[in-house]
Amino acid sequence: MFRRIGGRLKSNGYPEPCRRINHDPETHAHIMKLRQAILTSVGRKALMALSGVMLSLFLFAHGAGNAVAFLGSEALNSYAAKLHSLSFAVIFFECVLLAAFVLHILLGMSLFLENSQARPVRYQVERSSAQRTPGSRTMPYSGVVILIFIAVHLVNFHFTDRSIPAAELVRKVLRQPFYVFFHISAMAVLALHISHGFWSLFQSLGLSHPKYDAALKNSTLGLALLLSALFIVIPLCTLFIDEFLL
Amino acid sequence: MAKQKIDITLQIWRQENPQSQGSFQHYSLSGISTGLSFLEMLDVLNENLTLNGQEPVAFDHDCREGICGMCGAVVNGRPHGPEPGTTLCQLHMRHFKDGDHLVIEPFRARPFPIERDLVIDRGSLDQLIQAGGYVSVNTGGTPEANTIAIPRETAEQAMDAAACIGCGACVASCPNGSAMLFAGAKVSQLALLPQGHPEGRERALNMVKRMDELGFGNCGNERECEASCPKRISIRHIARLNREFIKAALFSE
Repeated sequence: MFRRIGGRLKSNGYPEPCRRINHDPETHAHIMKLRQAILTSVGRKALMALSGVMLSLFLFAHGAGNAVAFLGSEALNSYAAKLHSLSFAVIFFECVLLAAFVLHILLGMSLFLENSQARPVRYQVERSSAQRTPGSRTMPYSGVVILIFIAVHLVNFHFTDRSIPAAELVRKVLRQPFYVFFHISAMAVLALHISHGFWSLFQSLGLSHPKYDAALKNSTLGLALLLSALFIVIPLCTLFIDEFLL
Repeated sequence: MAKQKIDITLQIWRQENPQSQGSFQHYSLSGISTGLSFLEMLDVLNENLTLNGQEPVAFDHDCREGICGMCGAVVNGRPHGPEPGTTLCQLHMRHFKDGDHLVIEPFRARPFPIERDLVIDRGSLDQLIQAGGYVSVNTGGTPEANTIAIPRETAEQAMDAAACIGCGACVASCPNGSAMLFAGAKVSQLALLPQGHPEGRERALNMVKRMDELGFGNCGNERECEASCPKRISIRHIARLNREFIKAALFSE
């Protein structure tokens, strides 16, 4: 028998194709046009920027949450417990974050692969002007390092025994010198990645004006350094200050 | 005062035709006057080559005063040479030292096939213009010049974008071989002026689409194009293209 997925069976026994949700040809044309626009280089860069905004917002929230550690182990434990008690909200934001990550990675890969084909014969002498920054030069590679870090980080802190109080877990993981070295190196790479990314996303979304261009460039660089410094200070404190989070 | 005559060695890309395998050839020139332009130095080389019965180096040039956009080669890794805001024809030998070794390569990008030696086919930029870098105007009597008031600041910005001579140095310098500065300048100059508004949305969408089809890379906001542009066109115009494109994609009827 035929499985009826939708619509009636036609007289010849085959099911009619599923009807589109949009009957209106004009709406359909608009959606096709938008889809086409999203798949262009500028469209994908804009999505890259938007997913970058979401990931940056997460970084800020995560950084602010981590800063609770400076208030002591009890504060951190109760903060973590409170966060986990918001189960549905947490799952919702985790899904959004995962989607942003997947989108950012897939788009990044497609742009990188295309770019690597745009100059089949390379220059004999490759000399950059001073405009290119270490961050912009290494975006795809720093992205890979961050991805590896996130995988390790999730295994250590997310997919682990949740019954251990947060402060204890932090001390357990971040008192291993080798791991702390890896963590700090990865955070330095993160700083490199966002030193270009924070500014670049504004440019990709078309937000540029002489009135705020200079301020934007400097403040995004400052923010990148501040954020990664915060993520570096906590492992350092845990490793070198015996009473930290005890 | 700097030395009036210098000796230099050249390493130039020689390629018979689009299909053939090219290679670098070495030449040395002595007693080059520092008053010569870069292209005049190549003229001297070609005269020597011709006198010796060898094929001269093919290179593009036309006005030799920095406004036609015909010349261009990569000198020691920099399109149009080491001087900022200068086309190759306006680069002078006084910027080089005695004993310098110059590596001269054609602009390289997938949409710029090499025709011969340093001559490339920049037809892809013309195709990009055909996708939307124009305004459709009704013929008829000349309209009164000042009927549409345009603020001076806006007119200046449009003029900055319109300074693009289409030389392709932005594509040549871009690590990703992207033509976003060229497309940005063309979209920007028209987006800023009332005459460009009626076709504004279609222009942004069509030019970006065509740019991708032609095999240019994606903009990585590396800002290399801005540094090598002989007309110093700012990447602000790329931001305006992005803005116009996003507006068109989301809101066009």
